[in-house]
Amino acid sequence: MPVTVKSFATSGEAAAALSSDRGARYLGGGTLVMRALNEGDVSISTVVRASDQALTRVDASGSRVSIGAGVTFARILAERELAFLHAPARSIGGPAVRNMGTVGGNLFAPNPYGDFTVALLALDAVVSVQGGFGARDIPVEEFLQTRDRQAGTLVLSVSCQKPQGADTFRYRKIARIKPKGGSVITLAAHLPISSGRVLGARIALGSMAPTALRAKAAERALEGRPLDASTIAAAASAAIEGTSPADDALGSAWYRREIVGVHLRRLLSGQE
Amino acid sequence: MAKTALQFRHNGRDVAIFVDGGTNLLVALRELIGDMTPKFGCGQGGCGACSVLIDDELHLSCLTLAEAVAGRSVETLDGIKDGPNLHPLQRAFAENFAAQCGYCTPGMLMAAKALLDRNPQPSRADVIEAISGNICRCTGYEPIINAVLAAATSGRARA
Repeated sequence: MPVTVKSFATSGEAAAALSSDRGARYLGGGTLVMRALNEGDVSISTVVRASDQALTRVDASGSRVSIGAGVTFARILAERELAFLHAPARSIGGPAVRNMGTVGGNLFAPNPYGDFTVALLALDAVVSVQGGFGARDIPVEEFLQTRDRQAGTLVLSVSCQKPQGADTFRYRKIARIKPKGGSVITLAAHLPISSGRVLGARIALGSMAPTALRAKAAERALEGRPLDASTIAAAASAAIEGTSPADDALGSAWYRREIVGVHLRRLLSGQE
Repeated sequence: MAKTALQFRHNGRDVAIFVDGGTNLLVALRELIGDMTPKFGCGQGGCGACSVLIDDELHLSCLTLAEAVAGRSVETLDGIKDGPNLHPLQRAFAENFAAQCGYCTPGMLMAAKALLDRNPQPSRADVIEAISGNICRCTGYEPIINAVLAAATSGRARA
């Protein structure tokens, strides 16, 4: 069924069009919205686009990086300043999907997709959105908890603090097919170390709940302790707490619960 | 519903068509322009059979809104041969038995071309990564990888 396509020069106009029409969806790279249209999703009556250059801007010069919602994963991989995000970007799709899929769209990707968002959650990213009410910043964790109600808002950019040191941020995606495949489990950990102890640990899991979520019990097990074998074992055994994985073609909920601790242990101990 | 006028370059030639709102590029190429080389596989971005180059970048035409290529250059498999001569990649695919049923071949060739345009001397790992978004259900991946490497080698020999 044909839909109405509305193209705008500015994100403000696009946000207004999006918030005033329940059947409107924002078209970024197309990997979610065009797929829905191809499948005959009748809930979409209008497709909104914006050519605003601010949406494809990357600012990675300072200690805090800001990435426009329309920035593709291929672009992330081409930015040396964003090296800490290369592993999550590379774990997504094949080259064509990485040339199309965007950081903003990934926030809305259902399981077993949305790997980049898992990384953003561990990095305590902030999502800048524009709705009918104006622009505001939302922590990514809150954004994900209210994602069902965010369809009428336009994501402008995401931003986060650059991790200190290459080993501080770690990422691991478990997939059936290498190098490309949907996620069985995706894990990301931000582990700032101060005087030999973990301070402010954030662990995020993908495909372990309807949206990416933090493994807060595992974070508590790490907090204030040196990253040694007994601490890692305690965190790994707490990884399952608060999760609600689903059965899908890539793995059963039971399997995901069985292996999440194993992979968290490997991630924390730096094993391949 | 009103149709939208759309102009873009298709294999080096300007084309002008009218599309319905929401039409994807694959449908526009096949049904409105008559270029049957990009194939419909899954419609979800999982198989790569519809791969084309947009401004020299590999894209999935089934997930591309046709209107989004206005004023841009789209290259399909139909455009890579040089007159009556096959492209070196096509020749290498034939010589290395890289096509079985042939349905994935156009997408594989475009993904391989996107690789060789940027990296004329890829490693085996580079080739595997480059075609990782393309599924061959005959599972003939090894001959395909060999063909891409052979095309890269023959390109070096000519240079």
